[in-house]
Amino acid sequence: MAEPRFSPGDTVRVMKAYPLGHVRTPYYIRGHTGVIERVCGSFANPEELAQMRDGLPAQPLYRVRFMQKEVWPDYRGNPADVVEVEIYQHWLEPA
Amino acid sequence: MKAQGKYQPLTYFQLMEVSLRELLVEKGLVTEEQLASAVEDMRQRTPERGARVVAKAWVDADFKKKLIENGTRACEELGLDLPALKLVVIENTPQVHNVIVCTLCSCYPRMLLGIPPDWYKSRNYRSRMVREPRAVLAEFGLKIPGKTRIRVHDSTADMRYMVLPMRPAGTKGWSEERLAALVTRDSMIGVALAKEPQNK
Repeated sequence: MAEPRFSPGDTVRVMKAYPLGHVRTPYYIRGHTGVIERVCGSFANPEELAQMRDGLPAQPLYRVRFMQKEVWPDYRGNPADVVEVEIYQHWLEPA
Repeated sequence: MKAQGKYQPLTYFQLMEVSLRELLVEKGLVTEEQLASAVEDMRQRTPERGARVVAKAWVDADFKKKLIENGTRACEELGLDLPALKLVVIENTPQVHNVIVCTLCSCYPRMLLGIPPDWYKSRNYRSRMVREPRAVLAEFGLKIPGKTRIRVHDSTADMRYMVLPMRPAGTKGWSEERLAALVTRDSMIGVALAKEPQNK
């Protein structure tokens, strides 16, 4: 199991990368900055599982909270509205 | 209605399903009985299971606390078996409205809510709920006041989400069973509120 690098409250940036294959990091959130809402535990890496490998070491999985205004600059609605996304650790870097 | 009773050729995916199923049976990997019983298990999972959990949380503060801390464990205590389901329950309040979507596919807490509605899997819902949640909710007939914050939960990986709707006013002293009848599937996805009591 990979060691968790982040804790709730940490600011993180989602990598802006476009690898081929089965990736569970939505396009719309890549490159955006958010805050760790919770640590969900560690899970086999789905990108590896999709290639029929074991997906180990398991990757810590986080719920990351993004301000809608940051994700969509033209967002209409309460400026405090958020979108929360589950992201695996290898997609996150400190910000 | 015109097509009723008329022979329709199988679609590509129906044909693929039939071929795969027949091959699995032919090779002895599964039996027809196992398939039928798996389908029956799926059919028996309905939103009433989720409604039972919500009603319990409405009447039992300790249970609600446990449910929010660890959804899977709390449901298991209630006697609901949730194999492989990592459940996160999020609570609606007058200040915050929660709604669930899976932008990547159609992840859904099937063990508690059964088979997802077709719109949940539609490209329209999946792409717009994260982009303009207030407009999409309004199309469901749900107007969220401007001062209420919206938390959209994109269910992209291993967790599954269920919304704990607010308990409607005018239900003081109601039994869990009576309360559960107010809890709709849509209220647990977050595109509706729980039903108002009809008569006092």
